[in-house]
Amino acid sequence: MGVERDATQDEIKRAYRKLARKYHPDVSKESDAEQRFKEVGEAYAVLKDPEKRTAYDQLGADWKTGQDFRPPPNWDQGFEFHGGDSARGSDQDFSDFFETLFGQGDFRGGFTRADHGRFTARGEDTYAKIVVDLQDSYLGATRSITLKHTEIGADGRPAVRNRTLSVKIPKGVRSGQHIRLTKQGSAGAGGGESGDLFLEIAFRPHPNFHVEGKDVYLNLRVAPWEAELGASVKTSTPTGDVDLTIPPHSKAGRKLRLKGRGLPGKNPGDFYAVLQIALPRAETDAQKSAYRDFASSFDFDPRRDQEA
Amino acid sequence: MSKENRNHVLQSEVIETRIDLSLSDLCEVCSVTSERIVRLVDEGLVEPVGREPAEWRFSGRSVKRVVVAERLSRDLRLNAAGAALVLDLLDEVKQLRQRLIRLEEIDES
Repeated sequence: MGVERDATQDEIKRAYRKLARKYHPDVSKESDAEQRFKEVGEAYAVLKDPEKRTAYDQLGADWKTGQDFRPPPNWDQGFEFHGGDSARGSDQDFSDFFETLFGQGDFRGGFTRADHGRFTARGEDTYAKIVVDLQDSYLGATRSITLKHTEIGADGRPAVRNRTLSVKIPKGVRSGQHIRLTKQGSAGAGGGESGDLFLEIAFRPHPNFHVEGKDVYLNLRVAPWEAELGASVKTSTPTGDVDLTIPPHSKAGRKLRLKGRGLPGKNPGDFYAVLQIALPRAETDAQKSAYRDFASSFDFDPRRDQEA
Repeated sequence: MSKENRNHVLQSEVIETRIDLSLSDLCEVCSVTSERIVRLVDEGLVEPVGREPAEWRFSGRSVKRVVVAERLSRDLRLNAAGAALVLDLLDEVKQLRQRLIRLEEIDES
């Protein structure tokens, strides 16, 4: 937690609050936020308790080795896990939390639903993130996905297993949305129904197309004469090439909208080609001379508005 | 179950675009009390269709907002108004990040 060995309890509390805000998985942009948040919570659970803190101080830093691991970035991608909880709050017993996560499996969902005097329990809902192509949302697609999940093996140890599912990607789905696959979560107990599997959708970054909500953007490079004189240019869109009309006197940054050509849906998004003016490089004498002729043809001062 | 799945295409539905969760559905899915949901509706954190709590229908998007608000309240000790503010700011940050990625590409080219 980055506090001195002789820090007061108040200093520890302040350091914890600050780190909890920084690494809270719902807020943080750090790729390992979830793991860091758990570590900070674990550390605080020890340090806020004077007895545990004394034990920790005696054992020193060695106590930490062996449990200080760093997961690779995006470790949760394609990994199926239980429950929506990133971590328990500061007042929870974290040893209990780790036992739940790594030892016994998580039966929380079963308990909450089984409390109504039934002997069957619906299986838990499970979650995973998957990455799909932008085109999958435009056209709808069937994708084969492989999910890793943890199972308790015959020897009682948790082991990572793979399962492959063929999943229909709904047309018009957006990044950050969730799709539900009914009864593909954890198996139920005592003949209860299986839980559902929720998949959070993210788009694989595309070299040309940028998605913002339901709108899709392309930075379209045009020649100076195309921008100034107007032109019809062939433009790629996620659904194929179109001929786009560049109006005369277009400036860099001008957005040309193709209505309804963004992500499909009841209220489809729009497609925007954002003009960028690309300058040809003058290599030969003739090309340099052409630029000089260009300059002498205009009384043009691009910095006119910037003069002091 | 896995053998059957390999050959069989699983149908899926987008939960955010559905608007058919009742108050009790939302309570069950998010594991929270109805009093808590009423409090979050008062703050405008989730916005149901319908006048009376008995008629309320929530969109699938509400599920994530409630779940995240509960985590923020618990882990960072925010009240409902604070959680609502954080959720709105997070949406805005997400939009701005997407725009930044697009605009940075222009600078590089």
